[in-house]
Amino acid sequence: MPEITREEVAHLARLARLALDEAELDVLAGQLDVILGAVAQIAEVTDAADVPPTSHAVPLENVTRPDVVVASLPRDAALAGAPAAEEGRFRVPRILDEE
Amino acid sequence: MTTTSTVPTVPYDEALQEFEPVIGLETHVELGTASKMFCGCDTAFGAEPNTHTCPVCLGLPGALPVVNATAIESTIRIGLALHCDIASWCRFARKNYFYPDMPKNFQTSQYDEPLCTDGYLDVVVAGETVRIPIERVHLEEDTGKSLHVGGATGRIHGADHSLVDYNRAGIPLVEIVTKPVTGTGAMPAEVAKAYVAELRDVLRGLGVSDVKMEQGSLRCDVNVSLNRPGEEWGTRSETKNVNSLRSVERAVRSEVERQAHRLRNGERIVQETRHFHEDTGMSTSGRSKEEATDYRYFPEPDLVPIAPDPAWVAELKAALPEAPSVRRRKLVAELGLSDNDSAAMVNAGVLDVVLATVEAGASAAEARNWWLGHLAQKANERGTEAVELPVTPEQVARVIALVGEGTLTAGLARQVLDGVLAGEGEPDEVVAARGLAVVSDEGALTTAVDEAIAADPDAAEKVRAGKVAAAGALVGKVMKATRGQADASVVRRLVLERLGVTEG
Repeated sequence: MPEITREEVAHLARLARLALDEAELDVLAGQLDVILGAVAQIAEVTDAADVPPTSHAVPLENVTRPDVVVASLPRDAALAGAPAAEEGRFRVPRILDEE
Repeated sequence: MTTTSTVPTVPYDEALQEFEPVIGLETHVELGTASKMFCGCDTAFGAEPNTHTCPVCLGLPGALPVVNATAIESTIRIGLALHCDIASWCRFARKNYFYPDMPKNFQTSQYDEPLCTDGYLDVVVAGETVRIPIERVHLEEDTGKSLHVGGATGRIHGADHSLVDYNRAGIPLVEIVTKPVTGTGAMPAEVAKAYVAELRDVLRGLGVSDVKMEQGSLRCDVNVSLNRPGEEWGTRSETKNVNSLRSVERAVRSEVERQAHRLRNGERIVQETRHFHEDTGMSTSGRSKEEATDYRYFPEPDLVPIAPDPAWVAELKAALPEAPSVRRRKLVAELGLSDNDSAAMVNAGVLDVVLATVEAGASAAEARNWWLGHLAQKANERGTEAVELPVTPEQVARVIALVGEGTLTAGLARQVLDGVLAGEGEPDEVVAARGLAVVSDEGALTTAVDEAIAADPDAAEKVRAGKVAAAGALVGKVMKATRGQADASVVRRLVLERLGVTEG
């Protein structure tokens, strides 16, 4: 049984705003399925041994900073990397498509 | 939107005789920390656009977030005040979505491991205590603000493009989610409003947020569904953008009325997000609800887990301030307020500000009169609640003190409060700027009295002839000439003196 279907890959691509054509979907669905199959094999072992999943590579907790204000970027610097700016703000294309 | 047609409805009370309501509330609170959640940018409201941003809150490549310790503490204190269990270990999660209000294309939030779970808040509605169960309290970050250009004024629909300010992006935001609240019978709208009001008082008492709904530091999403008695819960709608106490009530009310009409006619309720409009008190349909799984939450790899030390949590719990409900009961008893009086203040939602005004030095009777009288009237004119007026209990207490010491008459005091409401500053500043202090210079008043007598010889003659009641007209003229700044009893005495009459 496949771990991931071609439809699921297409759905994920849409959510991630990746424009995949039909041929790419075929290739990636196959490759992802192999990867997920390998991960599932590991899960069989870890589940049996009751090993908790690792979300962080370093054994650290409670890394915080005090609530202190530090200087922000000058506005020009903040906007410098933006494709477009207007009135001191980031200019973005229309958010909602016309109905 | 060009649709202006009114949605068919069933009257609220009638709808609630036929259907049972289930409500749920998601409240977002901006914490009052000095710096943002994951970076040191300033959180002050009202700064020039994009002057409080840095590589972290702009999501620039390679920038790494670090958790604000105070935000964690504040969230735990909120959880404790709401009688929640505090997690011994939890993680942040990425909520992935593409929307220009978050430059990172994800919001750092919490998913299946919130800091606080399973609490409650008791609220009093119409003399009855209703327990609102709390599902979770979690910590996330606020989004940026968009300005929509082109098309209808400021609306996202039909806009040509949008301009984004990321000053607010990354400000710590606490989300407080209730469990579905059942059994509110004929009062779901009133219960919803009372809950948000009580929650605001709790948050204010904790000092974790300035809880200003008009500035968006406290915002509410309202879920409503209806079902017939004995049937399963109905499909719910979620109304967003509900940003005043009055609107919380109106949002529930209008949804009950709208849904009842659809259900009665055998129509389906669509699970959707609706947008509330302050101006009309109605909501309109927005995008249909995305499935939670579409956000593809996963543990945030750039932040290590949070594991609050139970001993520290116990300390925070022991140091919590008295709950507003407890403090309220004590003060009401101390002040000897009658049940009727305190009920009237609870209904108007002003009990806490009245008590705060008393704590700032005013008498209970004066505080009550101002909040239930002039200020309630001003709130009504503005279509808001007295507690949401831009005047503090301390300012009201100061005005009352000025009346007490004879600097202001009651009429002048109203003008001073109006000045404060108009943003003219502290009461003393308004008195000085508007020249409102009582005229106590008898020389100046005598001149005004003589002018009044000269202008109305008939009235003067009647007074001289012993008709003391006729003095009222002359006193009125003087009060008008001095724009109410004279003490009427002094003016009356001067009028009688000038006309050679002694009273009684």
